[in-house]
Amino acid sequence: MNPANQTYEPGTHPDLPPPSSAVGAIAWMRQHLFSGPWNTILTLLAAYLLILVIPPIIRWVFVDANLSGDTREACTSGGACWVFIKVRFAQFMYGFYPIEERWRVDLTFIVFFAVLIPMMFERMPGRKWLTVFLLFIFPIIAFFLLYGGSFGLAVVETPKWGGLMLTLVIAVIGIVASLPIGVVLALGRRSNMPIVRTICVIFIEFWRGVPLITVLFMASVMFPLFMPEGANFDKLLRALIGVMLFSAAYMAEVIRGGLQAIPKGQYEAAEAMGLGYWRVMGLVILPQALKMVIPGIVNTFIGLFKDTTLVLIIGLFDFLGIVQAAATDPKWLGYSVEGYVFCAFVYWVFCFSMSRYSMYLERKLDTGHAR
Amino acid sequence: MTEDAASSKLELTVSDEIMIQLINVHKWYGQFHVLKDIDLTVHKGERIVICGPSGSGKSTLIRCLNRLEEHQRGQIIVDSVELTGDLKHIEKIRREVGMVFQHFNLFPHLTVLENCTLAPIWVRKMPKREAEEVAMQYLERVKIPEQAGKFPGQLSGGQQQRVAIARSLCMSPKIMLFDEPTSALDPEMIKEVLDVMVELAGSGMTMLCVTHEMGFAKTVANRVIFMDGGEIIEQNQPEEFFNNPQSERTKLFLSQILSH
Repeated sequence: MNPANQTYEPGTHPDLPPPSSAVGAIAWMRQHLFSGPWNTILTLLAAYLLILVIPPIIRWVFVDANLSGDTREACTSGGACWVFIKVRFAQFMYGFYPIEERWRVDLTFIVFFAVLIPMMFERMPGRKWLTVFLLFIFPIIAFFLLYGGSFGLAVVETPKWGGLMLTLVIAVIGIVASLPIGVVLALGRRSNMPIVRTICVIFIEFWRGVPLITVLFMASVMFPLFMPEGANFDKLLRALIGVMLFSAAYMAEVIRGGLQAIPKGQYEAAEAMGLGYWRVMGLVILPQALKMVIPGIVNTFIGLFKDTTLVLIIGLFDFLGIVQAAATDPKWLGYSVEGYVFCAFVYWVFCFSMSRYSMYLERKLDTGHAR
Repeated sequence: MTEDAASSKLELTVSDEIMIQLINVHKWYGQFHVLKDIDLTVHKGERIVICGPSGSGKSTLIRCLNRLEEHQRGQIIVDSVELTGDLKHIEKIRREVGMVFQHFNLFPHLTVLENCTLAPIWVRKMPKREAEEVAMQYLERVKIPEQAGKFPGQLSGGQQQRVAIARSLCMSPKIMLFDEPTSALDPEMIKEVLDVMVELAGSGMTMLCVTHEMGFAKTVANRVIFMDGGEIIEQNQPEEFFNNPQSERTKLFLSQILSH
């Protein structure tokens, strides 16, 4: 007997499975690809375009690509010349960091990722200590490893830093510093105290109102003019502070958006229990507000990560800068496409990882939508 | 001051100790005069129900008692501490005054148990384990110990409000304020919250409750206050208040809320 036609006593109707036309692959395709003549045409057109475009890309990247050899003469088959990337790979990673000291960079980043990756997953025991290590102890270790100057390590001046290593140094420091500064600025902007509020508003609006290029330029060219004779700030340090404050201002506005979305009742309930301002913020408001603006925060992080390429204009050779420089080398003239593709791929891997992690975080922190 | 033994009311003694005193309290929202010359004395163990039409200032009145709203003139003395701009006084009073809100205001990012232990741990400096034991006792008292590990978003409105009551009780307050605790609930959940409140009243807690639940007022309150236009129009024992209201406005109000 067809269950759809069966009748039940009132109150005894069981849950029936949905009809087969509403589930499964065919239903999905009908719903998403062929729902009506117009969408069918679009689907077929898109499929045709993909067939047109994808095989040549695959041929260029993989099939016809050259990977063996170590001069441009090895690139004969018309595909991508990955030899160029292979030969210059070390330089892309380390810039002009002395070859015999490069193990220090390796060690720094191995430690960094070895601690960071377990820290990101909730089930890891001792996560709190990993975080403390990464935030407070690791920066000191990293400084002595990368810069040197003690423990028998030779000093490597920052102008010699470069490549992906420099990009990561700027991005990681910018990201780690901009979040707390942004939180403080956002809270300050919503403060009841007029002086605090005014200072925060002026600070945020100043840094948001000027282009990052200007900030970097001022940091590298104008700032030394105002310094007393003989005082010399490291150029990288100046750029770092510029990047940090610049992204902190953006971060502050993202976080302020989250703070404004928290219902007034949350503040009232927390205050009515006798919690003071910092505890209300730290225990009740910020955990919710930050969770709410994770997409915005990660957006700012990704923007910052890519904006680090702008340090090129003050003469620091970050990852993109060093790839560009290598592509203008007469020995490899004409292979800049490979350089840019490689560069884009590396940036994409980092940015996409951040984006995926933020999605994981959002899912993990989701506790239902109750107020 | 003992209750009328003839009624089915809770029989509780009210001590002479004064818990809350309001003297000539005025409050304005901008130009709008919300509270006009409020004088009120609440003794320890009193259960007071405040009713009145919306906009009459009843919520504002109880929100002034823990300084969620600031009064501009007059004196408010809670548990022999005067409410002024002094943050120390405010926090001292808030430690002793629990509040339950219309929209529960549970913290959605914390579990039920964490909601209950937050203030004891951070304000009372109670060790975590002890705070959890206390919290479980109160969750049992409001009959939802099995929900302790859940997040507020997973509970029904009535359960959330009971958690909110337990959360306030975990601070062992001397006074409980209820700001329309059942107004946001579905009809079938109102009773479970009122039952908890009746039980709480039975334990001798000093309670001030803004509510339209007149049945609750009749069984639990020892005094009903009627407010309109920012003033206390009338206050009396519940029997007198309901059976023999004095002012015309009270009569009109009662006829409107009791007729449907």
